[in-house]
Amino acid sequence: MFAELLQYLLSGLTIGAIYALAGLGFSIIYNASHVINFAQGEFIMIGGMASATLTASGVPLPLAIMIGCGGAMLVGVLVAKFAVERARNASTVTLIIITIGASIFLRGVAELVWGKDFKRLDAFSGETPIQIMGASMQPQSLWVVGTAGVLIVAIGLFFARTLTGKAILATSHNRLAAQLVGIDVKRVVLASFALSAALGAVGGAVVAPITFSYTEMGIMLGLKGFTAAVLGGLGHGPGAVAGGLIVGIAEALGAGYISSAYKDAVAFVIILAVLLFMPNGLFGKRGTERV
Amino acid sequence: MNALLHGRLTGLLALGAVIAVLPAFLPNNFYLDIAILAGFNAVVCVGLNLLIGYAGQISLGHAGFFGIGAYASGVLVGTYGWPPIVALLAGAVFVGLLAFLVAKPILRLKGHYLAMATLGIGIIVSIVLRTESGLTGGPDGMMVEPFKIFGVELYGEKVWYWVVGVLLVGVVWLSLNLIDSPMGRALRAVHGSEVAAEVVGVDTARFKVMVFVLSAVFASVAGSLFAHYAGLITPAKADFFKSIELVTMVVFGGMASTFGAVVGAVVLTLLPQALTIFQDYQQIVLGGILMATMVFMPKGLLPTLAALLPARRRA
Repeated sequence: MFAELLQYLLSGLTIGAIYALAGLGFSIIYNASHVINFAQGEFIMIGGMASATLTASGVPLPLAIMIGCGGAMLVGVLVAKFAVERARNASTVTLIIITIGASIFLRGVAELVWGKDFKRLDAFSGETPIQIMGASMQPQSLWVVGTAGVLIVAIGLFFARTLTGKAILATSHNRLAAQLVGIDVKRVVLASFALSAALGAVGGAVVAPITFSYTEMGIMLGLKGFTAAVLGGLGHGPGAVAGGLIVGIAEALGAGYISSAYKDAVAFVIILAVLLFMPNGLFGKRGTERV
Repeated sequence: MNALLHGRLTGLLALGAVIAVLPAFLPNNFYLDIAILAGFNAVVCVGLNLLIGYAGQISLGHAGFFGIGAYASGVLVGTYGWPPIVALLAGAVFVGLLAFLVAKPILRLKGHYLAMATLGIGIIVSIVLRTESGLTGGPDGMMVEPFKIFGVELYGEKVWYWVVGVLLVGVVWLSLNLIDSPMGRALRAVHGSEVAAEVVGVDTARFKVMVFVLSAVFASVAGSLFAHYAGLITPAKADFFKSIELVTMVVFGGMASTFGAVVGAVVLTLLPQALTIFQDYQQIVLGGILMATMVFMPKGLLPTLAALLPARRRA
């Protein structure tokens, strides 16, 4: 009974950590540019595909992850520079369509480069399950949770301690004021896309041994990440992390106790229920609107 | 082009004329089939445009309503033997009620939160359709009986072309009237500034709910008829990508332009057919076109072209 519950919690925590990283990516870009980047899932896919295919051709794993991460950052900067920044003054819907166009484009390129089939990436440190009070856990899960934890703390420090981080925060509060005090807001937007892309790509690389890599792996992961970000209150970093963990754990419990067929629906049922009662998410601020 | 945007009757006549003469230029049923699919998409997009373009609300779940309509017809007619028209109406009423129930709390939400909520509804609908295979046939979909009314069976592309054509003209007429009515003006005020609209006495919530319900019902009716026409319906017709496709058609053609929505639906139905010549590059080209259009013509195809026109006349 307890072992079963623990088992679900552990697997929920693992996938929740990836949702948290994706959600954080959505929030960072939203803060810097007020864009919902529907291509966030493709950053995860690039990380997963690059590390799986590069290691298969003999590149050492850490280097493969770094190349994947660098590639995703480059793609993120290109999307920001050539699509999002140019359409700065367009409406919300237009910007959403641009990022959706970018994600279709990126999936197309990925299919061309890597093909449509599933790619396997070996677990980082073996596949002997770890026994914890009757539940068993893949060592890779520890990698996922640990990596996500380190990245989340690093992001927190980045925003609190570094000048670039503070510049991004300032831009998210008031773009014009930030510009007036000498912050290059265009570079802030580029930096936020690069940062989100890096988070997504590393997340994709560590989760690849569990989920396999394929060109469509980013679709659901991206949507769940968006759910996590909205659940926590859009633009609220710690909220996105909490949202990701909540979605991941609820999903694992739902799959275990209710129905595994409806696993993917759990996240969306939760978000609908939360939005009905808390229209700004769990931790979002109530905004006032200027007329 | 300006007449298309602003003149109600001229635009409607032009649309009717295009629909009337088009079959003469279509060499065979394959092209007629594409025209019919474009027509069904256009019907949904005209409704969705009322919501996106005029009420300023985004829905990423309209394919869900299309899917409910389609499966209502498939299941009620096929499994329970209902007359098709009754099944179609039942589906539309059900979708209307569902939209009404979810609209009230959801349309209070703004911008991205509303996008999230409608996306959630759409995905839940498509997962239910995929999973309840006893009723819906699961991921493979289900066969749908032909549409019979007063003992006449609608069969073949030639018949369905006119059915869809008449439906589209009707829906466009309805939506143009709506836009010019006091309700339409209220909606535009909601789009401009919701708070300001409320201050001058517009019941913004009621208008938004009405438009949301109406656009959902349009989608449901189109879904029902599509199911009968195609004879086969799959959950893919209700999923997230279909919803995205519909929103893209509206935005691509031109938000807040009924004829823009029609043009967007037609162009983006044709595009994937035309892009099959690119084979492996199809997705890249499609994604590239979407991005480029939105970056260089953020108002959409028809309004951008219309804005170009007077400038050229002066030159």
